Amino acid sequence: MRQDDYAKYAVFADSLEKSFGKKEDKVVAVKGVSLRVEKGELYGIIGPDGAGKTTLFRILATLMLPDSGTAYVDGFDISGDYRLIRDRLGYMPGKFSLYPDLTVKENLEFFASVFGTTIKENYHLIKDIYERLEPFEKRKASKLSGGMKQKLALCCALIHFPDILFLDEPTTGVDPSSRREFWDMLSSIRKYGISVVVSTAYMDEASRCDRISMMSQGRFIGTGTPAEIIDSFDRRLIAVSSDEMFRLLRDLRDISDVDYCYTFGDVHHVVLREDSLASPDNLSAVLVDKFKHENVAAAYCKPTMEDCFMLYESKLV
Amino acid sequence: MADDKVIEVRNLTKKFGDFTAVDHVSFDVFQGEIFGFLGANGAGKTTAMRMLCGLSIPTSGEGKVAGYDVYRQAEDIKRNIGYMSQRFSLYEDLRVYDNMKLFAGIYGVPRKEIPARIDEMLQRLGLSEIKYKMVGELPLGWKQRLAFSVAILHRPRVIFLDEPTGGVDPSTRRQFWEMIYEAADGGITIFVTTHYMDEAEYCNRVSMMVDGKIVALDSPKNLKAGYGLSSMSQVFDLIARGALRSE
Repeated sequence: MRQDDYAKYAVFADSLEKSFGKKEDKVVAVKGVSLRVEKGELYGIIGPDGAGKTTLFRILATLMLPDSGTAYVDGFDISGDYRLIRDRLGYMPGKFSLYPDLTVKENLEFFASVFGTTIKENYHLIKDIYERLEPFEKRKASKLSGGMKQKLALCCALIHFPDILFLDEPTTGVDPSSRREFWDMLSSIRKYGISVVVSTAYMDEASRCDRISMMSQGRFIGTGTPAEIIDSFDRRLIAVSSDEMFRLLRDLRDISDVDYCYTFGDVHHVVLREDSLASPDNLSAVLVDKFKHENVAAAYCKPTMEDCFMLYESKLV
Repeated sequence: MADDKVIEVRNLTKKFGDFTAVDHVSFDVFQGEIFGFLGANGAGKTTAMRMLCGLSIPTSGEGKVAGYDVYRQAEDIKRNIGYMSQRFSLYEDLRVYDNMKLFAGIYGVPRKEIPARIDEMLQRLGLSEIKYKMVGELPLGWKQRLAFSVAILHRPRVIFLDEPTGGVDPSTRRQFWEMIYEAADGGITIFVTTHYMDEAEYCNRVSMMVDGKIVALDSPKNLKAGYGLSSMSQVFDLIARGALRSE
């Protein structure tokens, strides 16, 4: 039965826990995760491999029960009302799970028929994506390229017009341009009011979501809109470069004002100690005078999602 | 620099039926260089890499890796290169020492030298105390460092890294790159593919493959300046957009 209190959320989860293995070998995959996804929201779970994203998705997709905690999808309890949830849910697992021996069209027809609908009925939902697959309609799914498999899997997850879509790492191993294309497809799905929960290890994709949670070692370490997460970075961050980047990294770590620093594309990002009064100018003076670096550039910079993730993670320890 | 070429490729081509996966590719990679091998899915990177590793015979063109010919000396190539992919190949239920011993043996490190080399490597990594730990018990970052060191234990001239950091957390990813820098400093040539464009910036030179051809090859700095763009991510987008074929 639908719980009215929770029915206004696409997902409402409270203190979910899940472990695997016996006593000594016990691995806690999900640790006290609470989550609220609004209707129509595009919600991102951002974290590296092994953070617990897939376990969380499997729990929410009613494929696995949590050890403790509660969760409601579309107002239905994941333990008692899983059948009702499955009617309303589209799930695209991280591993390709369509039928390799069925053709593109047969796969789609199969998924439509399982949910008691037809391709024709909901074709408008998948039209933009499926058009790119149509030339290969008669090809077996096993013979498709990675990018096309991904598109077909998305079509199969959408063909019964779900209220909510769970996508587990749809862009893993996909090149940057194709990843952008996939996110554009997701944005276009939203006009039908479908809520989307998507996980990724690519931090730069966070900006494509309405809200995100950063996940590390089974826990949520930060939640908010991408802008809120970036704004919550409460340390001074300086971008530094010189002609000798690798030596620069080591030298920066020898400077007492530097809390930690790491490579960041063509610059290094330096997080100053909280009590440090150093400015970028001070820092570059030291690098030139003491460490004899040439062409030093140092300036305050805006943190990215990765900077935030590393800061939050360091706070965990 | 001519003598320092570790990889030398001229018009290297691989066809599968009437599909040309790699189309007249030419480039050199020098000793101690970090060479980024970029391209969209399906551009032909994997096929090219397989030829360079002695796993696939080219249809035409010339290629030498570590001084050995890709047609006639594939076995010599395999003995003189290292290889590590995204999913490290260490055995989770073997101890660190046993993993290293196994791979050193497979790569033909003289039996008498193996223990000393393992100790030296573990010491350099600061991992001596975990010598007898099961690999499965180690954190991801350590496993990755181990997998990398196992791949260079036989002192290859070049190591091929196929998306070594996919799905890895931001700090571990960076630690891994610092290790790459160090290895390159020590004279090992690094040939690396990645989908992270910030990592492209760490390479000395970067090549971009589109539809089986190398369409750009230069330092990240020159590539950015040449296209008038501020990041490698923008350069990649601009170049990859010209692609006709996808995976």
